[in-house]
Amino acid sequence: MTAVPIGWFLILGSLLFSIGALGVLIRRNVIIIFMSIELMLNAVNFVFVAFARQLHSLDGQVMVFFVMTVAAAEAAVGLAIIISVFRNRETVNADEFNLLRW
Amino acid sequence: MNTGVFVLLATLLVVAALGVVLARSPIRSALSLVVALFFLAVFFLLLDAQLIAALQVIVYAGAIMVLFLFVIMLLNLQEHPAEMARAGLRFLAGTLASLFLLATIYFTNRSGISNAQGMGAIPDGFDSTAQIAERLFTQHLFAFELTSLLLLVAIISAVVLAKKKLA
Amino acid sequence: MGLEILIAAVKALTVILMVLSLAGVLGWVERKGSALIQDRIGANRASIFGFAGAGLVNTMMADPLKFLTKEDVIPTGVDKLLHTLAPCVNLFPVIVAFAAVPFGDTVEIAGRTIQLQAVQLNVGVLFVLAMASLGVYGVVLGGWASNNRFSLLGGIRGSAQMISYELGMGLSVVVVVMTFGTLDLQEIVRAQGHMIGGILPGWGVFYQPVAFVLFFIAGIAETKRVPFDLPEGESELVSGYFTEYSGIKYLMFFMTDFAEIAVISALVSTFFFGGWQVPFLGDDGFHFGSTSMALPKLIVVLLQLASFMVKVLFFCWFQIMVRWTMPRLRYDQLMRFGWKGMLPVSLLNLVVTAVVIVAFQEWRV
Repeated sequence: MTAVPIGWFLILGSLLFSIGALGVLIRRNVIIIFMSIELMLNAVNFVFVAFARQLHSLDGQVMVFFVMTVAAAEAAVGLAIIISVFRNRETVNADEFNLLRW
Repeated sequence: MNTGVFVLLATLLVVAALGVVLARSPIRSALSLVVALFFLAVFFLLLDAQLIAALQVIVYAGAIMVLFLFVIMLLNLQEHPAEMARAGLRFLAGTLASLFLLATIYFTNRSGISNAQGMGAIPDGFDSTAQIAERLFTQHLFAFELTSLLLLVAIISAVVLAKKKLA
Repeated sequence: MGLEILIAAVKALTVILMVLSLAGVLGWVERKGSALIQDRIGANRASIFGFAGAGLVNTMMADPLKFLTKEDVIPTGVDKLLHTLAPCVNLFPVIVAFAAVPFGDTVEIAGRTIQLQAVQLNVGVLFVLAMASLGVYGVVLGGWASNNRFSLLGGIRGSAQMISYELGMGLSVVVVVMTFGTLDLQEIVRAQGHMIGGILPGWGVFYQPVAFVLFFIAGIAETKRVPFDLPEGESELVSGYFTEYSGIKYLMFFMTDFAEIAVISALVSTFFFGGWQVPFLGDDGFHFGSTSMALPKLIVVLLQLASFMVKVLFFCWFQIMVRWTMPRLRYDQLMRFGWKGMLPVSLLNLVVTAVVIVAFQEWRV
């Protein structure tokens, strides 16, 4: 893997990030939007690890560790919100969440 | 050969990522994401980040994605016909994402970082778990403690949110 | 380079064959074991010319042949891709997990040192945990893709159960890692080679008895066997997540069940019973206090391999006995036991271990 320059990793990372952003924009299912956000987080993790390798610094890997923890917390809370919304509205379609309270 | 491996893995990764966004049924979408996370773990292994690769599989594939699948199964979500955004909106979103991608490629090129040849040999102990742990528990200790607090808050809020209201 | 690849291939093939043939043998042992406990003969048609001992061989041939020649039924309205994928996804991580388990010390053949372990990983413990956590996908997919309410219920139960018991399993392994101070499975086994006070083998179980019990219980829950077989629960869910499978795919689910038993047994012996270590056996022979008995290196290696196999087989047998002696838990009991029983005890065990290690640095193995 040492022969590949860091720029390739950056471009792959931003490609993944764009795909994730696209998912957030075009999908209406909240769970899929949520998964696209996870994809974006992973794209960032990927760039962190690539830079850690390039700069011979472990701080990038430590940062990935933190991002993963935050992602886990986010998934737990987010899915709990989705379940409680589904209980009240019987839908996971983002366009139908049109009230601030229910 | 190294470049070939990179291109092969990158292609598979991008296909899996597109699967997340474009698959009709939520469960296929989730499975594509699992596959994408796997390829990322392989990339981490090749980048000498063994610990991160293992954590990626344990935390993302083994816990977070199972939670997603569990919720999809619990709510019994099937394919939904009117699920994608309208065509005009789709076009706009695609344009925005491509613009972002082109901008990153442009700036990566301009910074000259992509011309840096290779990554060189790794320093001693770079792939050891002990070194990461030492960083984590000295330099980043405060952030680490904050994360544990965050997890506690997340646990409590998840329980409160998902609890059935006693009306 | 070519030789290295050849050695790696031979080791990988050995591991795969070992797991799969062990799974086949266990299928027969389970029938005979259940018969033993229920006071009947059991599996008495599988004999060659009336010689029942050959039944083992016969079963190992007959069972796969029967499954292979059966019709592979795909129910209407299922997601065909996922339906086919599920048994493969179920079997894969179990076999791969075995790759990190060391089954012997190093041997030297023609001036070349060979690790008796399919892959040497310095994060072997995490690798095994990662593969264990992937086992849930086969269950989820099988349940979802079958287009059957019973299967779906089995899949949901399975995913909740496996996630819950992974916590107890992970935390008990963390304690072992703290005791031996390494994530490398081979190093963990090496660290168990000494004797405590000259009489007791320095096995993990004598340092961490609580962790052993927790790991074993969590292991049985991960293999989804009685008393934790809610995802299959024949009397409630027909056959749970693999109700709608037949032929070769059913065989794959079946094999996974037994391969998981073998993997859990191998992990229990590695973490808590010294893996390939034989008590009193050093590199050059037995040492009992002042007297010693020299042995050639080859005999030592063979003894170590035999020791590992005996331990694995013992724990497989033990798990089969557990299955045929326990009643099934109720679902709320299962969840309560996982979250309110196993988790607090394993957290307490973790804290106590950490305090002891910090307070008595010299106790560290």
